[in-house]
Amino acid sequence: MSSLIAWIIRAIPFGTIIMYGAMGETVTEKSGNLNLGVPGIMYLGGFAGFASAFFYENNVANPNAFVCILLTLVSGIIASMLGGLIFSFLTITLRANQNVTGLALTTFGMGVANFFGVFILNGSAYSAAPFANSVYIRKIPVLSNLGAVGQTVFGYGFLAYVAIVLAILLHIFLNKTRVGLNLRAVGENPATADAAGINVTMYKYLPTCIGAGVSGIGGLYYVLDYNSGIWATTGQIEALGWLALALVIFTTWRPLNAIWGAYLFGVLYWLYQFLPSLLGFTVASYVTDLIQMVPYLVTIVVLIVTSLRKKKENQPPANLGLAYFREER
Amino acid sequence: MSKPVKEPFLRIVKRDSASVPRKILVRLLAIVFALVLDALFIYFVTGLNPLSVYVVMFQGTFGTATRFSWAVRDLVTLLCIGIALAPAFKMKFWNIGAEGQVLMGALVTALIMVYMGRKVPSAVLFPLMIVSSVAVGAIWGLIPAYFKAKWKTNETLFTLMMNYIATSFVACAVNIMRGQASSLGKLNMGNKIGWFPKFLGQRYNINILVVVILTFAMFFYLKYTKHGYEITVVGESENTARYAGINVSKVIIRTMAISGAICGLCGLLIVCGRDQTISVNTAGGKGFTAIIVAWLAKFNTFTMALIAFLLIFLEKGAGEIASAYGLNDFASSIITGIILFCILGSEFFINFKMIFRTKAKKEGGNE
Repeated sequence: MSSLIAWIIRAIPFGTIIMYGAMGETVTEKSGNLNLGVPGIMYLGGFAGFASAFFYENNVANPNAFVCILLTLVSGIIASMLGGLIFSFLTITLRANQNVTGLALTTFGMGVANFFGVFILNGSAYSAAPFANSVYIRKIPVLSNLGAVGQTVFGYGFLAYVAIVLAILLHIFLNKTRVGLNLRAVGENPATADAAGINVTMYKYLPTCIGAGVSGIGGLYYVLDYNSGIWATTGQIEALGWLALALVIFTTWRPLNAIWGAYLFGVLYWLYQFLPSLLGFTVASYVTDLIQMVPYLVTIVVLIVTSLRKKKENQPPANLGLAYFREER
Repeated sequence: MSKPVKEPFLRIVKRDSASVPRKILVRLLAIVFALVLDALFIYFVTGLNPLSVYVVMFQGTFGTATRFSWAVRDLVTLLCIGIALAPAFKMKFWNIGAEGQVLMGALVTALIMVYMGRKVPSAVLFPLMIVSSVAVGAIWGLIPAYFKAKWKTNETLFTLMMNYIATSFVACAVNIMRGQASSLGKLNMGNKIGWFPKFLGQRYNINILVVVILTFAMFFYLKYTKHGYEITVVGESENTARYAGINVSKVIIRTMAISGAICGLCGLLIVCGRDQTISVNTAGGKGFTAIIVAWLAKFNTFTMALIAFLLIFLEKGAGEIASAYGLNDFASSIITGIILFCILGSEFFINFKMIFRTKAKKEGGNE
């Protein structure tokens, strides 16, 4: 029982990271832009959030929790939106190829974060922002003490709950509002949307930048909450970014599915550590290496199944990955 | 009562085809612009004189004969994957899975080297390694291609996921092979079975030779064969291809088998000729970088060699800067990223032309 609880309280924060990444990318892809730069953007968001927290708590005598949250969130979101802006300018205005630009953005974002990260590290293997971490992992006071339920349902930092609210809001935005309808129209068929008087350029720029901002929160959450407020030079965020891209497919571009899908990915990711102990046997370490492929395998299966069933509402936006040029037909 | 039509200030028109000097000029300007941006970045972050930094950077590749030969060694690895990707990308098949295909090729090579090395003579061992690495790479490329051809399954994401499955297999195999040791070390360290023999002084010279042959072969294949023509037609428009009687599914599957096979071979070259070992980092992100190489070169293998050289030059140069000024290697990712953004953006000025509103037309429009 206790290892089941341990599994859940590991899986949900993990899911939250990629949920942010996937929600941001969903908004981006709904506008017809396939941004393979998600890992780079999550690096930018995570690093900017950490750097601002680090400087804030090292330069202020009595750091204030509210200011800390505001500062880290704003800088994390702005940094990742700048990444999205580079992508938008190149692919929308200059009509560069989206896949290649996205991959270049991943290289760039990873480089920026780790390059400046080493300045902060200043020779040590890692550096920490303990105050920001304590703010981000602050639990709900009374409810989190209610035994197993308290631990597994109410035992997380506030961003885990914000993610769920955001998913619901995104669902309403995409499916129930006029702006959301316009956005989907641009992603499905920009020429038709253009003819209907929708400003296609704006409807591609804004979602791509805002989507990048949301994805960036995933990186921020990883550093300041999941990774205990520690910045170290690792490749971990990159793998998480690709997993977020996988999650977008898994959810068939629906934010509501991202909620349970992300947690399922979290459970699958930690399968290798908790399932054997839960069932009471040990496996060799080379078997755990193999078990780690499960989330990716599941994504492939979903990919194949959705393409087999050919249900219209499960397909990617029809114009995904293509640049729009009005005078081309 | 017709309203006067107001001509927009700026119109963008597709260019039919830019002249060769213009193409070269635009790309050179893009690189110069990128170098200026990089210089600003270097100056504001480190306060160093960008020009002297660039001189140091130059030393990274051209400083000594050994450095140059290492640069060429890494260049051919990158170029080899680029060559493998060229036919797939020309067909507009987004093979993001080169990383995994290379890893799988490297994996079977390493397994055969370790477990069969002493049982069969070299004359059997090498053909066996070549055939199996090529076959496994091809299979790894075929799986997504089959689903793409049959059910239009999205190949970008499929191939991306295949990378992680390959990584998992390699991690597992390395874990078994190293046993209780903390790291794997070089394979067959004692007897050097399965290593490429030294050729003109270095084992990796065989890699260089193989990749040079592949460069010519792939250029010929894409430009002068029926297969190459079919790839071009499918890439331009699947409907046209179908109308012309080309079996699109067959072309997709065949091309991806070739693409994967060359990636698998690249895995063999890395294990036998360069590293003599295997890890999850054997491909080292080159599978992604090679996509950019193939795309920017418009699938001309000789242009690809130039771009691969530029990227390796930057990588080596940044490493040199890092050790000279106490910075870190990640500077190379930033510098490379900026250069890639500029080159990607510059394509716009090759494919499109901008027409500004002219005075004469404006007067005409207002009448």
